[in-house]
Amino acid sequence: MTAPRTPRKQYWNEPTLGLWERLYIFEIVRGLSITGRVFCGNMWKWMTGRKGAVTAYYPEEIRGDYSPNNRGRHVLTQRADGKVQCVACNMCATVCPAYCIEIEATADFDDAAHPKSPARFEIDYSRCIFCGFCVEACPEDAIRMVKDVPDLPGFDRDVMWGTKDLLAQWHPLKDPRKPYPAPPVARKDEGAP
Amino acid sequence: MMPDLVVHGVYIACILAFLLGLATIFTWVERKQSAVMSDRIGANRAYLRIPFTQVKIVAWGLFHGAADGLKMILKENFTPTTYDRFCYNLAPWLAAVPVLLVFAVVPFGGEVQPGRFFEPGSGAAEFFGDRTYRMQIASLDAGILFVLAISGIGILGTMLAGWSSNNKFSLLGAARAASQMISYEISMGLALIAMVVTYGTVDLFEMVQWQQQATWGILVQPLAFLLFLTASIAENKRIPFDLPECESELISGYFTEYTSMKMGLFLLSEFIEIVVISALVVTLFLGGYSVPFLTTGGFVLPGGGLWEIGALGVALLQMLTFTLKVFIVGCFQIQVRWTLPRFRYDQLMDLGWKFLLPLAALNLVVTAIVRWWTL
Repeated sequence: MTAPRTPRKQYWNEPTLGLWERLYIFEIVRGLSITGRVFCGNMWKWMTGRKGAVTAYYPEEIRGDYSPNNRGRHVLTQRADGKVQCVACNMCATVCPAYCIEIEATADFDDAAHPKSPARFEIDYSRCIFCGFCVEACPEDAIRMVKDVPDLPGFDRDVMWGTKDLLAQWHPLKDPRKPYPAPPVARKDEGAP
Repeated sequence: MMPDLVVHGVYIACILAFLLGLATIFTWVERKQSAVMSDRIGANRAYLRIPFTQVKIVAWGLFHGAADGLKMILKENFTPTTYDRFCYNLAPWLAAVPVLLVFAVVPFGGEVQPGRFFEPGSGAAEFFGDRTYRMQIASLDAGILFVLAISGIGILGTMLAGWSSNNKFSLLGAARAASQMISYEISMGLALIAMVVTYGTVDLFEMVQWQQQATWGILVQPLAFLLFLTASIAENKRIPFDLPECESELISGYFTEYTSMKMGLFLLSEFIEIVVISALVVTLFLGGYSVPFLTTGGFVLPGGGLWEIGALGVALLQMLTFTLKVFIVGCFQIQVRWTLPRFRYDQLMDLGWKFLLPLAALNLVVTAIVRWWTL
């Protein structure tokens, strides 16, 4: 009458621990010796004046192993004459999902090619989410992101602002990796017509 | 009468400073040791700034203990709306005070004659006369029984805390704490009885003297040492036995509803208990305050030489040795805490009842037979 019993399905693994592991005390000794070895090695490094840790002492110490593609600190690029390349078009401020960019434009009609420039360009790093949209939105390649992180830690949100002077850090002549065409002023000095 | 009062007052002051100071240092050791063990730097942001300058003394983060204490005292003392007010307030003290009390019978040095510390003929020397004192707050004959009795009170503190908090997590934590501590207290007691049989006394001071004459207890009773250390760590409710307060399941277990210095008392009592356990282990198994070749006069070297260091020198050296041994055993406990993963609850109970208890009983039987044979 009764249906044949199927063996109950086992959903767990067979125990893999042998007697040695199940005695536990020897495995404890092994674990303690591993942690003790690491401790002694690191401690010896600290005592002989080296660094016995793989973590960085942020922000005093800046990690050297950021990826070159890391979206870190913003920089405003400069023209050869030192003025920022930004034309205060507000595209980055518009696209910014965190609304953390503030630009105040000013006009300089003597410079016919770039009459509009920012008088104030500020990024509120307490709100910035480092998405990089501002970099992509910029039509002038005026804002970029470099791999190292901004120096953010502080006791006050008021110090977490990146101003124009702080951000304007990339100058074509100072970047050996990105040669820039020599400025026309220099060519005139060489005696060209 | 008066000299006794002075001497024991000094002892109590010294022991309180020793316990609280070492417990604070152990909070720092725990942070730093675990950090170095896992390739990190560890807590080092708390500093003292010298006034009117920008010089900051970091001292490897030693001030984190002080910063923690200050934070605990200054925080708002938040209490749940429904609780047993009396038990709720009593519980932290019931958890912390027995831990301190256990130290009353632990000897931290040999016998001293305070009169000999001063110039003969001076007022202080005459005040103390030639009285001899053991460096031990209470020279109880009960000794180890006092330790067991007082450490049993600690369970009440955790149970009251969990029950009066009116919180399910706290209640669960308290239930776990009670069952765990009672289970492991049995193994601990049996391991201790084996030591009592070995030494032939329950007085901790005489146990140390026995070890001074013969050999360290760990060499005579290695199994009892392991059992006692395991059971003590379980009594202290630290990893791998921290089920009563495991953060991932029970928030903080029995002291979830406690804030400010009330929670600080629970945390501090945990670290004081590290010191107390270390002191007990040192006294019972590692020769206590005894230094090799040191007698009451000075070092008696095996070649027959005598190196006098004076009565005060001997006393200080013994206290220093005791502190050093306690520190090393405490560091070992912290190493265990940062090495082993937490037990499952059934594993915990299995270990306590099916492994430690039979082993402790077996150890006791073997010890008794050997002791009877050699008598």
